[in-house]
Amino acid sequence: MSAQDTQNTLGPNEMAALVASHIAPGSYVNLGIGRPTKVSDHLTAEQGITLHTENGMLGMGPAAHGDDVDPDLINAGKIPVTELPGASYFHHADSFAMMRGGHLDVCVLGAFQVSATGDLANWSTGAPDAIPAVGGAMDLAIGAKATWVMMQLFSKDGAAKLVPQLSYPVTGLGCVTRVYTEVAVFGLNEAEPGVVTVHSTHGIGFDELAERLDVPLVQA
Amino acid sequence: MAPRIATDPADAVAGIADGSTVLIGGFGNAGQPMELIDALLTSGATDLTVVNNNAGQADEGLALLIKERRVSKIICSFPRQSDSWHFDAAYRAGEIELELVPQGNLAERLRAAGAGIGAFYTPTGYGTELAAGKETRNIDGKDYVLEYPLHADVALIKAHTADTLGNLVYRKTARNFGPVMAAAAAQTIVQVDSVVAVGGLDPEAVVTPGLYVNTLVEVAA
Repeated sequence: MSAQDTQNTLGPNEMAALVASHIAPGSYVNLGIGRPTKVSDHLTAEQGITLHTENGMLGMGPAAHGDDVDPDLINAGKIPVTELPGASYFHHADSFAMMRGGHLDVCVLGAFQVSATGDLANWSTGAPDAIPAVGGAMDLAIGAKATWVMMQLFSKDGAAKLVPQLSYPVTGLGCVTRVYTEVAVFGLNEAEPGVVTVHSTHGIGFDELAERLDVPLVQA
Repeated sequence: MAPRIATDPADAVAGIADGSTVLIGGFGNAGQPMELIDALLTSGATDLTVVNNNAGQADEGLALLIKERRVSKIICSFPRQSDSWHFDAAYRAGEIELELVPQGNLAERLRAAGAGIGAFYTPTGYGTELAAGKETRNIDGKDYVLEYPLHADVALIKAHTADTLGNLVYRKTARNFGPVMAAAAAQTIVQVDSVVAVGGLDPEAVVTPGLYVNTLVEVAA
């Protein structure tokens, strides 16, 4: 997968579909709040993926509506959800032990920034007047066998969020293995430590990407 | 010893002293023992240190304890929510102390307290500002932060059903912090939808054994 499409960037749904298609059949997966939640819309029954929600459930189903809403059955974003056949419940310490212990295959998270070596910033912008809140971000970042990020690569002012070194507060060090963005899919630390592998591009060519990013890139 | 069966939530929380550390179960509103919190508010207990995943939602439960300035310190993972206005106001006024703990570390610190663990090394938070000043250690090539157990005077939790021996069954994701908080506190006070006779629960389905429970109160769902 080193496809170059110089015409079309990925929209949020296309990005979610691409992530979903890359999750191995039978995986246990945690989808973070925000953009990653959309991935569940694109998982197929044939993939047999089991979703974990860190407030204490495996086998989470889609969002609940109408009569299916049960205040005792919510996800990590506190949204009412449903349970699928084969679901299980457990307490919080078990839920995070499951994650920290490396029993989940993939965790997909949003990010403010990712460094070329896989450091993640997604819990705080460091704004002095903000009320700090971390939730499970730091546990999620370092727990799963693979941590993938979904984010816009370029902000509105053109600044890249894949950077040589984080300027936002750290969530976890060296934890991100793959980054899905609107213009490219990146693998981190694959070729060698600190070198970013470009697996595919969307609406941009490799050369332009290399020009706009301040990190060492190689083509897959 | 079998737990005391309180007559109502006010009776259940009657012994909670000013200055207590109180664990409050729940993740958002799921599993939050609303009636026990309301009774704690009415009791007048103040200068409390509260441990909960959040810092109260809207105008009920923990949010009201904070609004009335009964909570001098909160230990939690995620205080900032769209409807956490009472916490936001207290925090910005400098009238509540916040100890921010990653969610999994919060759960494990409670578990450690109940399990008699002196401290533990966790990879969560290593290299972040939430681990600043904490002891760290490299074990087999991986970096860890030393975290201490979180003991408490009282736990207020909610379960679905209890028998009169205090054995507890929870319901769906409302289980969340209940089992670890029940074990971490010196006194555990539980509100349940219903109390059944001994023999009324399948022993295989019991999640929290009655030995962790000191006081039970039935609050009709």
